[in-house]
Amino acid sequence: MRGILRYFRRNPSLMLGIALLASLALFVVIGGMMVDIEDARPLSAPTLRAPSWDYPFGTDRQGRDLLAVMIAGTPLTLRIGFIAGFLGVGIGTVLAFIAAYYRGALDTVIRGVADIGLTVPGLLVLIIIAVSLKGTLTVNQMAIVVASLAWLYPTRTIRAQVLSLRERGYVEVARLSGMSGPAIIFFELMPNLLPYLAATLVNAVSAAILASIGLEVLGLGPIDAPTLGMTLYWVNFNAAMINGWWWWWAAPTVIIVTVFLGLFFLTVGLDEIANPRLRRSA
Amino acid sequence: MTRPVLRVEGLSVAFDHPLGKVQAVDDVSFALMPGERFGLAGESGSGKSTLALSILRLIKPPGHIEAGSVWLDDARIAHLDDNGIRQLRLAGIALVPQGSMNSLNPVLRIGGQIADAFADHGLRLGYRQEQRRIAALLDAVGLPASVARMYPHELSGGMKQRACIAVAISLRPKVIIADEPTSALDVVVQRQVMATLARVQQELGAAVILVGHDMGLMAQFVDRLGIMYAGRLVEVAPIADIIARPRHPYTRALIAALPSLEQRGVLAGIPGLAPSLRELPSGCAFHPRCALATDRCRTKRPALRDIAGAQIACHLA
Amino acid sequence: MLPLIEAVNVGKRFAGGIGREGTLALAGLSLAIHPERPSVIAVVGESGSGKTTLARLLLGLVEPTEGMVRYRGEDLRRLGRDARRAFRRDVQAVFQDPYGVYNPFYRVDHVLAMPVRRFGLAASRSEARDLIGEALRAVGLRPEEILGRYPHQLSGGQRQRVMVARALLPKPKLIVADEPVSMVDASLRATILGSLRKLTDEHGISILYITHDLATAYQVSDAILVLYRAHLAEAGAIEPVVRRPQHPYTQLLVSAIPRAHVERDWLVQENEMPRNGVGLTPEGCVFADRCPHAVGLCVAGPPMLHHTETRRAIACVQYREHAVLSAGALGEVLSP
Repeated sequence: MRGILRYFRRNPSLMLGIALLASLALFVVIGGMMVDIEDARPLSAPTLRAPSWDYPFGTDRQGRDLLAVMIAGTPLTLRIGFIAGFLGVGIGTVLAFIAAYYRGALDTVIRGVADIGLTVPGLLVLIIIAVSLKGTLTVNQMAIVVASLAWLYPTRTIRAQVLSLRERGYVEVARLSGMSGPAIIFFELMPNLLPYLAATLVNAVSAAILASIGLEVLGLGPIDAPTLGMTLYWVNFNAAMINGWWWWWAAPTVIIVTVFLGLFFLTVGLDEIANPRLRRSA
Repeated sequence: MTRPVLRVEGLSVAFDHPLGKVQAVDDVSFALMPGERFGLAGESGSGKSTLALSILRLIKPPGHIEAGSVWLDDARIAHLDDNGIRQLRLAGIALVPQGSMNSLNPVLRIGGQIADAFADHGLRLGYRQEQRRIAALLDAVGLPASVARMYPHELSGGMKQRACIAVAISLRPKVIIADEPTSALDVVVQRQVMATLARVQQELGAAVILVGHDMGLMAQFVDRLGIMYAGRLVEVAPIADIIARPRHPYTRALIAALPSLEQRGVLAGIPGLAPSLRELPSGCAFHPRCALATDRCRTKRPALRDIAGAQIACHLA
Repeated sequence: MLPLIEAVNVGKRFAGGIGREGTLALAGLSLAIHPERPSVIAVVGESGSGKTTLARLLLGLVEPTEGMVRYRGEDLRRLGRDARRAFRRDVQAVFQDPYGVYNPFYRVDHVLAMPVRRFGLAASRSEARDLIGEALRAVGLRPEEILGRYPHQLSGGQRQRVMVARALLPKPKLIVADEPVSMVDASLRATILGSLRKLTDEHGISILYITHDLATAYQVSDAILVLYRAHLAEAGAIEPVVRRPQHPYTQLLVSAIPRAHVERDWLVQENEMPRNGVGLTPEGCVFADRCPHAVGLCVAGPPMLHHTETRRAIACVQYREHAVLSAGALGEVLSP
């Protein structure tokens, strides 16, 4: 335990990031026990009430208790981000290893697709995909839409890392000891990449959350879900800012900022683990 | 009686490490005569490179000079402030570093790097005069004048090392410290580079400290040789004496470890491992690997004593 | 009897970029290693000589651009899975860098356990432990001091010896040692080279000792190949080639080694190096511009490999009155 605390002193970013995300998690868990989630649906409460003892976050125009919305919506938004981020990095890792280890035609194809994909504006593609899907989106479908592009950048960056690692002496020794390609990838290359993969994952989750909020604010998200992005969509739709209903946009904004700050500090902290040269001395 | 151009007295350098202090150099003293070629030989961990760099105060934290002093021509180096030591570097004492590939700036032409040296030391020359000086320097190291306009990557390893020598002699220093200058080079190129170094050194009248581990190279190049082990000087003597009559057991073992080209089957090593500088053996640092170790060797650290024109740190000398 | 591994006029040229000519890493070389006549063969040359390329070609880590490498008569590139596995068991390697060859994620046990597992060398864990212990002892290490440690906890010399132990595990017939001691302290070199020599004398394993250090090659080898700029200059039994070198390059190499003698003629010899006015041509001898004996014939075409003594072959026009050595016969010159 003391060792962990000592490490946090050397790596304050990691500590801060974890603290921010943990407090959000606490908010959701404890809040879920104290508040009725059903109040996040429309017509649960009187409309447009400013924050008060009964409704600490106020209510919106459709009669949703905003506290309940935040408690219900935060995990939904995070879920989209995590699913998309994991899918993106998962696919990206597999493609990156295949491209970097085997080189040749496979590498050219994978690299080409990723490069072309990266030059196309991501949000534009997502909008087109979202608009083309029939019917309304569920939260999980939203995650898959975002994941469809989330693998591009991780593929490139992880490929670059693997390219440098595969030239190491221990890879040649492994070949001479009779190891096969996939075994080398899994046993020799992967362990050395874990810190880098973790940092990439957090980055990808961040980006995925941002992309999903972006789509939702444009009205292309799961219209019935009380996610943070959808809340902002309704804020826009009802011109809440002009009308002075400040509590309506304040709550989701604070939570989104907390999420991103938490993920950002987590990334910086993980970067320090991944790249020993960045490490502060004790 | 000529005075030494460089004097090192009781120099100790340590590195602070959370796991314990590392004594890289332990109470080393020697004197260098003008124009002399002095060798510092030892294996990895002997402290020879650290000693050479600390003469120029090039040791970075967590390493620091614990004790001792260095005199250049009767001027004490330790007293100099940062600006003073900067002026001294290159103009008074120059360094030819190990690994010339990493010592030359890859984005500057060779001529530019020499010009930098001039500028840094306040030498204001007109353009043509500067170019002539640079051409003369390159000629002194056997490189054509066209090299001044080239980038380091256009030169071979030997040429790069000779360019480093040109930089080192650009301000006519009194002492040249060459830290394993040929370790990355082939034997043939090595001979070219060392011959160049010998020639410029003689023309300048400068003294040379050659740091290395190749006893054959030392035998053919230096006038006097100091052997280092575990941060301590264990033997200092004229080179002919060391080759013909090595006194310290480690020196004898080092010479025996040099593979001969005359007779096969005489390759000898030194048993055991080099000591950890964090936990040095008691008494004489070499005793765990010495076949002649006595109880005295295990308990009392031998001091460097003068014996018949040489200095040796061994109870059995 | 088929040679274990055979290079048949094998050469490697690295492709150049756009508008840039490729580099010739190794010109056509033929060499055969016979398992029933174990010996230590040194391949000596400087950087750019092609010695490392030759090692990598023989290990199958790189493909030749001309000629081929055969394992027990079959082209390396066409080996089936079982044959490839047998090849990897028979031919092992030790590399120069005792640092990069270890995966920093694992303890050193990992690098020893790998061949045991992959080649199925042991039936049980305890058998594997015994095998590994035996291999470590064969190179002069004590298993209890080595196993369980991380690479950074061992010295360079220990790490290199563990690598030799690793190479021994599959009981190979040939170990290709590429500069195994150049990054190790002088005092340890003898021990490591001594254990390599023991492998040949006591276990019948052939060693291909790749190095730039002619002196250690002389001490530990039975035969030698001297390479210069991708070409073979001189080859033969170790004593005649080193004590009475005949190729001008070998002579230069031998004279350039500084000896620990009281007589100091080394530097003087540099200043007495003759410079000839002969330039290099693409077809001619690659040493022509530095050779004190260069003549017009040297730039006209490449020198043939001449069989000047029973156990010596030289690629130099000075010896053109001797018979030309046929491609496969180099093996006979090296190990009779």
